[in-house]
Amino acid sequence: MKQLLVFIRKEFFHVFRDRRTLLIMFGLPVVQIVLFGFALSSEVKNIDIIIYDNAKDVNSTQIINKIKASSYFIMDKEVTTYSDIEKEFKKGDAKCALVFPANFGSDLVATGKAQVQIIADGSDPNIAKTVVNYITAIVSDYQQEINPAGQMQYKINPEMRMLYNEEQNGSLNFIPGVMALILMIVCTALTSVSIVKEKELGTMEVLLVSPFKPVLVLISKAVPYLILSLANFTLILFLSVYVLDVEIKGSIFLLFVESTLFIITCLSLGLLISNATNSQQAALLLSLMGMMLPTLIFTGFLMPLENMPVPFQVISNIVPARWYYLIIKSVMLKGLGFEFVWKETLVLISMTVVLLSIALKKFKIRLQ
Amino acid sequence: MEEKVIICKELTKSFGDFYAVNKISFDVNKGEIFGFLGANGAGKTTAMRMLCGLSFPTSGEATVAGFNVYKQQDSIKKNIGYMSQKFSLYENLTVLENISFFGGVYGVRKKEIKERSEELIQTLGLQNETKKLVGELPLGWKQKLAFSVAIFHKPKIVFLDEPTGGVDPLTRRQFWDMIYKAADEGITVFVTTHYMDEAEYCNRISIMVDGRVEALDSPGKLKERFSADSMDEVFYKLARGAKRGE
Amino acid sequence: MNSVTLQNIKKTYDKGNVLAVDDVSFEVKEGELFGLIGPDGAGKTSIFRILTTLLLADSGSASVAGFDVVKDYRAIRNSVGYMPGKFSLYQDLTIRENLQFFATVFGTTVEANYDLIKDIYEQIKPFNNRRAGKLSGGMKQKLALCCALIHKPNVLLLDEPTTGVDVVSRREFWEMLKKLKMQGITILVSTPYMDEASLCERIALIQNGKIMSVDTPDKIIGSYPVDLYAVKSENIYKLLVDLRAYGEVASCYAFGEFLHVTMKEGSGAEQIEKYASGKGHQHVVANKIEPGIEDSFIRLMSVRDATKS
Repeated sequence: MKQLLVFIRKEFFHVFRDRRTLLIMFGLPVVQIVLFGFALSSEVKNIDIIIYDNAKDVNSTQIINKIKASSYFIMDKEVTTYSDIEKEFKKGDAKCALVFPANFGSDLVATGKAQVQIIADGSDPNIAKTVVNYITAIVSDYQQEINPAGQMQYKINPEMRMLYNEEQNGSLNFIPGVMALILMIVCTALTSVSIVKEKELGTMEVLLVSPFKPVLVLISKAVPYLILSLANFTLILFLSVYVLDVEIKGSIFLLFVESTLFIITCLSLGLLISNATNSQQAALLLSLMGMMLPTLIFTGFLMPLENMPVPFQVISNIVPARWYYLIIKSVMLKGLGFEFVWKETLVLISMTVVLLSIALKKFKIRLQ
Repeated sequence: MEEKVIICKELTKSFGDFYAVNKISFDVNKGEIFGFLGANGAGKTTAMRMLCGLSFPTSGEATVAGFNVYKQQDSIKKNIGYMSQKFSLYENLTVLENISFFGGVYGVRKKEIKERSEELIQTLGLQNETKKLVGELPLGWKQKLAFSVAIFHKPKIVFLDEPTGGVDPLTRRQFWDMIYKAADEGITVFVTTHYMDEAEYCNRISIMVDGRVEALDSPGKLKERFSADSMDEVFYKLARGAKRGE
Repeated sequence: MNSVTLQNIKKTYDKGNVLAVDDVSFEVKEGELFGLIGPDGAGKTSIFRILTTLLLADSGSASVAGFDVVKDYRAIRNSVGYMPGKFSLYQDLTIRENLQFFATVFGTTVEANYDLIKDIYEQIKPFNNRRAGKLSGGMKQKLALCCALIHKPNVLLLDEPTTGVDVVSRREFWEMLKKLKMQGITILVSTPYMDEASLCERIALIQNGKIMSVDTPDKIIGSYPVDLYAVKSENIYKLLVDLRAYGEVASCYAFGEFLHVTMKEGSGAEQIEKYASGKGHQHVVANKIEPGIEDSFIRLMSVRDATKS
């Protein structure tokens, strides 16, 4: 037992004395979360908007106030001619504009129909599309307010609405995905590299030629990375809650249990890779290309699995991260309990058992 | 008056207040086999890098093959060859591919590469191995081939970094035969090593200790001066007092 | 009583395509300092790995400290001290941490067997808190030896412990081995340096996976069948070429600043000097000398090559 503890302590020395490992371990989650959370997210915030209000009546002012109140737009300019809009666009001071015709309010009251024009900077189509959706949503929201219940006087494009909602959900979906990705990288890559490193250094030879049982070598390698990965998982949860304002709806305990299970799956994979390779580079390449890529593609958080060709959907079933992703999404974002994720958990457990037994069986007590 | 191909005057390289190479001065004659010895960390590698035009000296003067180490690094590189035990040839290229690659790197013309590589393969007795990957050759052959490639472009000086460590005694003899032959043809051979038995083959030897050249003479005279039986003994007597490790 | 025995050990790699160890047999007696001497790729490391139970031989049997390398591999792992070719240390752990780690792994403490490593350890103790990666080759070698000795093994297996280490450290290392031998530890050490042969009690010369000779260094040198001459002149390369062309010369190799020459029957130093002077060489010196291990090695190799072809 003492041997095991000393060995585990040694592993921690390795991790804490190697800046690169530390960076991968704890820098990666931060970067990933920030990257996915802000940069890659299709949600748009703080867009500069120009208002060209020819009406200046009650209705137009009310809509303008609604836009001002939303966190998506910053309104710091009003223009008085139509051509000014283009000037502002060209200067890059604004991404979109909202134009009210002179008789906006009166038209609305008199005929029940009024027009607004939304102009968006099409050079960034994604943002433009989103912006148009937001403004449309705000306008239709306003319509709801002024319309008596049950009487719809304007055609509302329901597709727009759905898009609007989806943007909001989409930004959350990546969090379970990033979790799966990071745990995969940290556990699989770092574990395999740390074992292969001992092979390269020749220390594995000495360890094998010692009374220390080979299986204990594996355990002592796995335990530190299990602990570190859980710390990592906690870090991601914190970042999600406090930086990205995500609400954890389900049981945190369940999240930790499921994550521990997934970490063990990844560790087994790492052990398997370390068995198959003899150089750190090969181990790293195999874990990154062989594990990270499938995780990115087949988990379903970057692109929906349903849209993929059937063979890809079939392959996705053997990617452990896919099941973990489903579990976390259900528990964390939807607030579902164990009774809804037991099937996925069972799949993950069986995968782990198979992988771990192969890894243990394949672990060589000799060099060849 | 013999022609000098390397002239060093108080050559110095310092990193902060650490003098890796501390005012070394020596000359190497054309066609000489010059042994450059020192323990790990004595400054051998740093000195050799300056002479090969890979790093600038902090102070002092040196010319290599007639070119200034400060201003004419590119010309130096064209006129020297380099071989080390650790890296010399691409293991996953064939014998011929290696020759033509390195020949090409040094700007040897295609026609000439073809002619000379045939000649070289004949001399090395590698006729049946030209299509083999270098990685499949025995260590001894690799080293002989590596040396031949290093002097393929007929450099004025060839730098050898611990060239024969680990090979069997017979192959080592064959290797030294090749070095002698190259020197006889006028190529200056600059050998850095910490294998003392390698040093015994050199015409003259300099021994570096802690960044300085502590001794410079022929192996015979050095042994006489230190009343030692072997270069090993000479080196031991000189380096025992060394302060710095690696 | 033998501490290490190998009988007809054969080992191939790459599905039998590469023959690494070819029918090797020798014994190391208890308390002996035995040297396995040969160049890189001769099969030394494979032999060490078979003895340390890290590799399985294709055929043949071997035992260490009385235990069979296949059946009793656990017992061997408990009782040998092993230093692999690359000094196996954790570069990012300090001297003290490395030592403590290996002590614990071997189920002991640094203090328990301190007297055994004391002499060696005290030399590196001042750098106790320095990381192994920042040590000089000689210091790494000492630390690795301490780690291999920490559990007081009966048999010490050292695979090329002096490779890449400077002359001063090499000498100190052999001094340490002598002291360990005096404490009754059996030592099997491999080296590519021929000059280290004379420091062993008995040696085995190995080349291309085959043992060429096993004996004491003196006896191996003594069995050199012909007279050997060291010859030199002003122009060593020309002398080499000329002597090789001389019909009376049996063999001629460069050997440091001299040429080592053997003659066909009936010729001696005089003939060499006369011939060389006749070829225009200045200051020709030819002396009969005692052969060294390296001369013997070359001779054994040439004899093998001759019988093969």
